[in-house]
This record gives sequence, C-alpha cells and structure tokens, in this order.
Amino acid sequence: MDQLDYLEAKSVHILREAYRDFKNLCMLWSIGKDSTVMLWLARKAFFGHVPFPLVHIDTSYKIPAMIEYRDRVAKEWKLNMVYGQNTEALKNKMTFPDGAIDRIACCKALKSEALKHTLSGEWTRWRLNHEKGEYEEDSNKDPYTGVIVGARADEEGSRSKERYFSPRDKQSDWDVDDQPPELWSYYKTDFAPGTHVRIHPLLDWTELNLWEYIQRENVPIIDLYFDKGEGMRYRSLGCLPCTLGVQSTAKNVDEIVEELRSGKFSNVAERSGRAQDAADGNSLETLRRSGYM
Amino acid sequence: MTETAVRKSEERMNLVIVGHVDHGKSTVIGRLLADTGSLPEGKLEQVKAMCERNSRPFEYAFLLDALKNEQSQGITIDTARCFFKTDKRHYIINDAPGHIEFLKNMITGAARAEAALLVIDAEEGIQENSKRHGYMISMLGIKQIAVLVNKMDLVDYSQEVFEKIVREYNDFLGHLGVHPMTFIPVAAREGDNIATISPHMPWYEGHTVLDQVDAFTRPEGSLAKPFRLPVQDIYKFTAQGDDRRIISGTVETGTAKVGDHVIFYPSGKETIIESVERFNAPNSTEVKADEAVGVTMTTEIYIKPGELMCRADELKPKVGRRFRANVFWMGRAPMIPGKQYKLKIGATKVATELASIESVLDASELETNHNKQQLDRHDVGEIILETHRPVAFDNRNDIEPTGRFVIVDDFEIAGAGVILEKVAETDSIFDRQIKQREFAWEAGEVSAAEREQRFNHKGKFIIVTGEPGSGRRNLAKKVEKHLFDQGFNTYYFGITNQFGDLDQHGAAGTIQRDRQIEILGELARIMTDAGLLFITILTDIDEFDLNKLRKLNEPNEVFVVSLGDPALGGAVIDVQLEPSPEIESAVEKVVEGLTSQQVFMDFSI
Repeated sequence: MDQLDYLEAKSVHILREAYRDFKNLCMLWSIGKDSTVMLWLARKAFFGHVPFPLVHIDTSYKIPAMIEYRDRVAKEWKLNMVYGQNTEALKNKMTFPDGAIDRIACCKALKSEALKHTLSGEWTRWRLNHEKGEYEEDSNKDPYTGVIVGARADEEGSRSKERYFSPRDKQSDWDVDDQPPELWSYYKTDFAPGTHVRIHPLLDWTELNLWEYIQRENVPIIDLYFDKGEGMRYRSLGCLPCTLGVQSTAKNVDEIVEELRSGKFSNVAERSGRAQDAADGNSLETLRRSGYM
Repeated sequence: MTETAVRKSEERMNLVIVGHVDHGKSTVIGRLLADTGSLPEGKLEQVKAMCERNSRPFEYAFLLDALKNEQSQGITIDTARCFFKTDKRHYIINDAPGHIEFLKNMITGAARAEAALLVIDAEEGIQENSKRHGYMISMLGIKQIAVLVNKMDLVDYSQEVFEKIVREYNDFLGHLGVHPMTFIPVAAREGDNIATISPHMPWYEGHTVLDQVDAFTRPEGSLAKPFRLPVQDIYKFTAQGDDRRIISGTVETGTAKVGDHVIFYPSGKETIIESVERFNAPNSTEVKADEAVGVTMTTEIYIKPGELMCRADELKPKVGRRFRANVFWMGRAPMIPGKQYKLKIGATKVATELASIESVLDASELETNHNKQQLDRHDVGEIILETHRPVAFDNRNDIEPTGRFVIVDDFEIAGAGVILEKVAETDSIFDRQIKQREFAWEAGEVSAAEREQRFNHKGKFIIVTGEPGSGRRNLAKKVEKHLFDQGFNTYYFGITNQFGDLDQHGAAGTIQRDRQIEILGELARIMTDAGLLFITILTDIDEFDLNKLRKLNEPNEVFVVSLGDPALGGAVIDVQLEPSPEIESAVEKVVEGLTSQQVFMDFSI
C-alpha cells in the first residue's frame, strides 16, 4: 500500500463507522475539492452508493458555477441533495459588503448560523426531487446527529487539534480543551441527547494528497481550480466577495500536483486567498468554536 | 487514471513526542520544523513579530501553540499535529501534552504514532510523567522509541549527567520489557544534535534526532499474522438496484482470497469467499492487512456486524465472556464493580462489568497495590472483565489489533486496555446473580405443585421465534386462544408494548437489546412462577440469547417454537416449523409438543 492507499482506507473506515453508528447522518458538501474527494470516498466505502444526504449551505454569494456543478453531479450520482440558507439575513441584506457588517459577521450569519439551524432542522431545508429535477421544501425536520465534514489538520492551527469524531454541544460549540480520547480505531460514537458529533474523515490528508488522489481516481472536480488562460485560478473556493484567485497557470490536475509538490505553492499556505482568516489573528478558531467548519 | 506517469505519493510516518511538562517537547518540534524548512512561508517571522509585540522572548515552542488559551497557560493542552519532511519522507508529529490533566490527549496523540520521541530534561532528570509516558507508549504498542535528553546546555553538555539518565531510565523501562532504540543528548533551543551534530558534545557518536527519525521503519509483520477482519457492517443496497450482500470492514492482520474457507466468531458460522468488491478500482481476488474491504460469500449465511471473520486454516481467535486485561482508566468517575459499561472490541460493542481487580500499578513509581477496589482516574490496573455476551478476541501478544479494546462510560471513552488472556467462566457475575435471586426468592404459601394441580398444567415460557413476516405473531396468538379455549391459564405478551423495537431486525446483539432480553427473562420468571403458559414472540435471537432466557426463567422451563429463524443455528428447538405455516396444523404441532413434554396434567386434549 502506498500513502494514498493508507489515507483512503482510514477515511473509508471512518465513514463506515459513522454510517453504522449514527441514524441521522449527513455529509457537508461545499462543492470544493476537499468535500468532493470526501464524497468520492463515500462512494468507495459504500460500493458506488451514498447512503446519506449531502448538505450544502448556500450563502447565495457562491460563485455561480459552483451551484451548477453541484446539481449536475447530484443528478448524475443520484445524490440525496439538501441545501439550507440564512434567508432572513439575505432578505435584510445583513451581508458583506452590501450591509453594514464586516467579513467575520457575514461569515457567521451566512455560514455558521445557517449551518447550525439547517442541521438542527429549525430552518427550512430544500431537497432535490430527482423526478422533477428541482428542489422542494424538505418535510424531514429531524436534527442531524452525525455530520461528516471535510476539515484537514494541516489547514491551520485549530484544525490540527481536531478529532476524527468530534463532539459538539447543543449550541454547536466545540470544547477544544476537553476533547474525547481517540485510540486505535475506536472513536466517540456515543453521544448524549441534544448533542451531535462532527466526523472528519479527511483529517490526515494534505492539500497535495487530495490532488494526487483526484489525479489517481480521476475524480470530477469543478473547473474553477484550473487556469483558463488568464494566469489565474482558485486554490480554495468560498464566497465571491471574500475569495481571491491565485496567480497560476496550472491548467489541469497534473499541473496542480506539480505546482504543489515542487512548484510555486509547495511552501505557501492554502487559505492565503481567504480574506476572513486575516481579519483577526485567530478568526478561524473564533468561528470554529461557534460551529464554523 | 490520467495518462501521465503518476508519481507515488511520498511515504508518511506518524511520530509522537511525549515527556514531562516543561521538558521541552514543543521546542524540539519547533526546531525540527524550522531546521527542515517545513514551516509555511512567513510563519517564523509572524511568530517572532508577535513575540516582539507582546514583549516576550521568541521561543520555538510558540510556533506550535496555535491557540490563544494555550499560549496563556504555556502548556500544550491538546495533541496538535505538525508536518515536516526530510529527504526520506513526510512526517506527522503529534505533540502530546505533558501535563497529567491532559493524559487522555497524550494517549490520543500517541495512539496514532508508529514511533515515539520521549523527552527528558537533563537538569530536572526523570520525572513522574517521564515514567508514566514510557509505560503508556509500551502499552499502546509502540516499539520504536528514541529518548531525547534535552537542555544539555544547562548541564554544560556533561556526558556524566547524560549517562546517569540513560542508566536510570533504561533500568525503569527494562522492568516493563521496553527497550528504547537510542538515547540522544540534545539542546533543542540551540539546535544541538537536532538536525546537525553538536560541536559541544564530541563524546556523543550516535545519530542526530533527524537521522534517527529517518532510521525508524514502518512497522511490518501484520501481513504474516493470521487473517482478522472485524465485520464493521453488512451492506445490501437493494433499493438502489444493487443485490450484492457485501460484508465490509478493515482487515487488521493477514490476508485472504477468493475461495478461502472462512469462519465468523463468536457465532462459528462458516462459508467461502466468493468475490472481493471494490468501487473504481481494478479487480482483485485478495484482501490484506490495513485495507478497508468488502467481500461477498458463496452462501447467504446469517451473521451480524461485530463478528470477527477468520480463515479456517489459521489460528482461531478466543471466544468467551471473561478475560484478564491491563486497563488504563481516564474517566472522571472511577471504574467500579457492579456498574455496567460498554466494551468496544474489534467492530463489536457489548455490555461489560468489572469482575475483579487483580492489582493496580502506580505508573510513576512502578509499585503494585493489590488491595484497591476501584480504578481511579489515571490508574493502570490488571483486571478481569466479564461481558454480557461472548466476544471474539486474541491475546495481545499473539495478535495485537484484536487484543485491544476501549471501555465507554456514560457516552465517553473512559478506559483503554490490552487483553492478556482468556479466563474460565465458572462462577460468572451473571450466574452468581441468578443464584442470589433464587436464594432470596420469597414465595407465598401456595406451592408450584398445588398450582399445577389446580390449573391442570405446569407454568411454561413459550417463545415463538422467526423473522418478521414469518407468521410468528399470528401463531403465538392462535396458540394462546386455543389453550385458553381448552381451559388453561395462558397469556400472550405483546412484546412491543413493553420494549418498542426489541423485535426489530438488526437490533440483535446490541446492548439495549441484551438488556431487554434480561428484563424479559425476569418477567418470564414471575409469570411462569404464577403458573401461566406465558407466550411471546421474538426475532433474531441466537443460541446465547436463548440460554440466557432459560437461565433467567429457572427453575421453570422454556419452550421454543421456531418458524425457520436462521439466527438460531445449533440451538435446541422444541418445535421446528417452516415460515408462514398453515395455521391450524401449526397450532396442533405446538400443542403436541407441549403435550409430549407433559405440560398438561390432564391428557384429554
């Protein structure tokens, strides 16, 4: 087995463990490369099937091609596709840069809050009706007790402390100082009523590993990651106002792998194009403690 | 796969760094990251600038202390992962906290590792957690250990000090059967012997830390061990038009291939591997250690998730309900006898109890206490555990992965352990409880014989078992009606009234279900004592469940009617019928069976 085989096997084990132990399980799919690889790993784990819903938090500021891609893949792979959003904040324009709030507050409203209430079932969820080919209000309001998330330990400091199975309390808060032990292949799959568990199958993957795996498996990835002749591509996807492209001429997966392995990005952090990280020295941790992915 | 030559992803190894608080682990890591050029661009400058802003001297340790509250306390609270690389491979280094309060985090970090760096302060010498961590590392099964004697600059790079620590620590680890690969004198803050050989210690002729790390090897040997596949789940995605019944899990050790004769434990069911299933991967006919696999079988045998799949031609695992183990306790509440815990071993979960404590080790002093009645937080004890149903396992010394487990107390993993050996099951907690119950049973003034005389029949617990849709509920009710019409005292107990989904398929073997079986057995004991023909239905019960019900219902007897329940295997069945039988003749057969066992005093029916 090589490095990718080890990573794949571990992720598959974690996904199967989650599927076995959590009755109300979902996977967050941000449309980016990480969670798309995670979705692919689910198909590995369940032999071509994805036996739980995919949840997307639509901030409505996502790059339009992302939604297009999401629905195309959802139809092709027959995914149980669900999305939620903070309709209230959008209606009242409590967003950045239109409203009088900063990037962090916008992130909190459109992502953290939307996520929290979509997972709990308090806010409307929209589910893809495969027969009609469109979304309709989801009648299922059950809270998700297991949420599969594509966080990686190498992304930034706070994520390096995550567990594979990471409990969240009723307010979705993360108690980073008192986390459960994890050893051998035993995880925290028992949880008190009202709490939920975040599951992180990609914790040990690096950005390079992901691209090497995309290359090996030929995972269909959204083309925003590739330069289309303008000398610019996205390295990390988010909302349009807060995600900057990077200067790069990598036009395909092979070129990206090379760029990360020995080229210009071999020593530059991935989230350097995300403006909210820079807003305050510890913003991502602040967001994560209150439920951000 | 793309056409261009896909280069192999580089090898990666997990390291853990442990040691007493303030002995300099974070500095060692910070130094390793800096000296191997593994820091993201600008990170070093950023931390240095931050130190300047806060008027604190720069420390390499700050590089790791990514979280605000950690920096304020100056200790590593959680296990943080850092990445660095050498020419040979990539490393993930788990920085495990040295403070006793955070031992469960240290365990988490260490359990992920293939090799360990253990840091001891040359000036302070061996401290409590130097010993405790050494013990934990060995218990977790990490064989490759390098001891770094740090802060050599504070003892004038003295060879004498270094060698004294080597002697003392070797002495301690020797007791545990642990042998470090090497001791390295370092001054992490100055970089001595981290990436380059120190000019200050010409007397030292060994590796630098970096060379030693590269000299570690990925543990091998699990392929040569007997095949062990804990069955994580059994998939059948029929609704998606997929009829494969795929048994899946991660292979712990060994190999197996299509055509191999396999046995599942504890059920003992046997079959042959028909195919290896994969998604988007080349066909293959073999599965091996560390792979997350799926296989199909030539026969539709009835097994449950949690069983252990083994090869018939190799060493068999142990199957039993009692074993001796070394356990490390992390729970806030102590581990005590008489309380029910959840044991996770392999892919199975089962209720367990502390049968006895043989001894408790004080890990820091290596003294043994034989008189403790409970395991307190941070205790390491040799104990006997008893499970509520049989489990399959190996002795840790034979096959490590299937010889280790965790104990869950109140939703939390509170204990971790390794199995030393299986022990005899005579005089189990369960047997003792039944004996005590019978001994203390308070009877009225009416004897069982008088009751039989009056009712014209004995008390009996009648179980009708079969899969949902087999007609078991209808049959049970018709038997009740028939017996009642004949003038007998009988009662059909609608099991879902009491237990909700006890009767559900797939609930079998779960802790909740085991508990419900116990309640049902106790209830039957009362009803049959009252002289009733007590009837209920069950599905998916195995021989062990049945024997448990028999014991709980003692001194009265159980009468089993099976509508072809596949779970029952070799159990003794009183009336065996096909699923969905013709109802009148089925009732007749049940009554015949009861008659032949002399349940009725009056033979007129």
